[in-house]
Amino acid sequence: MRQTSRNQGQAPWNKEIALQRIREHLHREGPLLPILHALQDEFGYIDAAAEPLIAETLNITRAEVHGVITFYHDFRRQPAGRHVLKLCRAEACQAAGGDPLAARAQSRLGVDLGNTAADGSVTLEPVYCLGLCAVAPSAMLDGRLIGRLDQQRLDALLAETRR
Amino acid sequence: MTLRLYVPIDAGALAVGAEEVAAALRAAAARQNVAIDIVRNGSRGLYWLEPMVEAQTPAGRVAYGPVAPGDAESLLAAIRSGGAHRLHLGPTEDIPYLKRQTRLTFARCGVVDPRSLDDYRAYDGYKGLAQALSLGAEATVEQVVQSGLRGRGGAGFPTGIKWRTVAQTQSAQKYIVCNADEGDSGTFADRMIMEGDPFVLIEGMTIAAIAVGASRGYVYIRSEYPHAAATMEAAIAAARRGGCLGQRIAGSSFAFDMEVRVGAGAYVCGEETSLLDSLEGKRGLVRAKPPLPAHKGLFGQPTVINNVLSFASVPIIMEKGAAFYRDFGMGKSRGTMPIQLAGNVKYGGLFEAAFGMTLGELVDDVGGGTRSGRPVRAVQVGGPLGAYFPRALFDTPFDYEAFAAREGLIGHGGIVVFDDTVDMAKQARFALEFCAIESCGKCTPCRVGSTRGMEVIDRIIRNENRAANTALLEDLCHTLKFGSLCALGGFTPYPVMSALTHFPEDFGAPPRLQAAE
Repeated sequence: MRQTSRNQGQAPWNKEIALQRIREHLHREGPLLPILHALQDEFGYIDAAAEPLIAETLNITRAEVHGVITFYHDFRRQPAGRHVLKLCRAEACQAAGGDPLAARAQSRLGVDLGNTAADGSVTLEPVYCLGLCAVAPSAMLDGRLIGRLDQQRLDALLAETRR
Repeated sequence: MTLRLYVPIDAGALAVGAEEVAAALRAAAARQNVAIDIVRNGSRGLYWLEPMVEAQTPAGRVAYGPVAPGDAESLLAAIRSGGAHRLHLGPTEDIPYLKRQTRLTFARCGVVDPRSLDDYRAYDGYKGLAQALSLGAEATVEQVVQSGLRGRGGAGFPTGIKWRTVAQTQSAQKYIVCNADEGDSGTFADRMIMEGDPFVLIEGMTIAAIAVGASRGYVYIRSEYPHAAATMEAAIAAARRGGCLGQRIAGSSFAFDMEVRVGAGAYVCGEETSLLDSLEGKRGLVRAKPPLPAHKGLFGQPTVINNVLSFASVPIIMEKGAAFYRDFGMGKSRGTMPIQLAGNVKYGGLFEAAFGMTLGELVDDVGGGTRSGRPVRAVQVGGPLGAYFPRALFDTPFDYEAFAAREGLIGHGGIVVFDDTVDMAKQARFALEFCAIESCGKCTPCRVGSTRGMEVIDRIIRNENRAANTALLEDLCHTLKFGSLCALGGFTPYPVMSALTHFPEDFGAPPRLQAAE
């Protein structure tokens, strides 16, 4: 059954499952990023409790693990909203009218870029290029790509995030 | 008889409804009781026409677009009867935008089924590898050197020289790393190749491996490209099954295998040494050079690290010979460049052409000006670290040196078009803001200077001590340019200074005065 409290139906934090996910990548060279992606795919974020588990398994310091998690924009340290709406804020989308759309999304949702709505419905994030620069402005809602964004299409996406 | 249709699965086509169009065509076929076979190809790169549907006819492929799901019924009927349709574009190859291109790297993109190794082979795939195997390692490196191919990621370093350095470095373990962290706004050529013709990248990397004696490869793909990563994974698995990766490649004594690694949303990881640190599982910090990655790269081993387009250009160089490729282009920019027209442009897409077309031809003639219909005021060439050029510089030929001579860069070949509503002070400020967001933090000018630069621009816009603050901004840009290890800090001055130089009126300066008598 899909969880309603987390984006894309992830499971709640569980140490045993986390260890299992970590071990699946130990045969790789440089396994840390694949491990962090696997944990985020599983739980929707990387729980602070994962840091010592990873550190111990890879025989590196917890500080190193923490440093890597916090370096990359993708890794979340708490769950996202039920929906994640990413709006491209890079130059090609700016040129094609992305600025007023981003302002509209923020005011309609009452959330600033980079934040989650108080009711947990949606996390609104900036993204710097989805590679859809010839069909700009672009967005991504829960992994689905949207190009040629205009006010009407944006409003439809915003309505989806309220469901 | 089964009717063969092509509906792109490229992310750019999906973003404008290609999946819905494919579903509508299937439903229409069921209603019209006709057997269809829908091939999910890559994009031809004519994005204003996406979703662009093609039909296989006895006279070749015929295109229709942009197709909406509601068009499916009438479109299918027209294709079956050979009747007219308002979305009819004629034979695909005859569409002027496509016809005037020189597609070498992109020869198969949008043509083949990206997940089919058989299709790849049917369209001349793996002929380059066969040639490399018959020539041997040293001669292969020489072919790439002689072709004049330069790194298409932006730096423009000769690819063959890089390979030769790795080939001459002794080590039991060497690596081939593909930089597919295409973070520059206005660029999508790497994504198109990975989604539309992934085997050409695998073949290029395999040739590199044989040339330098590497056994292991990685494609580092940015996380913003999930479709590209999935297609690459599928193609790698198919290549393995087909004996093109693994032990005894194509029946030879060479062994090479590769895997996809996904980034985690850090623009700076497009810088090669930062990418290597990221692959190793570290923070993506830029490394000081030397040592070069060719000597000490991934895990300290000799490493060829090239952009997607550099590797993807190698198979055709090997197949047709260095001279064939070198004969295209101008000056020291040899071969073709996949140019990407983006932003506020009427005909946005991928335009591969020999180096040497002018910026004006590309923007006005090929791109058709702005989509908004307003005058083109500025274009940013080469991503967020590229310069803003005004119309006055539209005679600049697309060439590494010509752009450098005008304080710009071609970078990865992206051109972002802006109309006359653009505020260039805002764009200059954004360049510094982006640098502040994405700085890895290693170099002080980049980590701190970017934020200080935003503050200085704000003061200039507010007309506080204009002359002194402008001088300060110039000085800060100088420090960034010469005091940063990599292009993020080093090139951020390009958009900032070009905006200030070419569009001073946007920074609150009085309109440019006529030259004094």
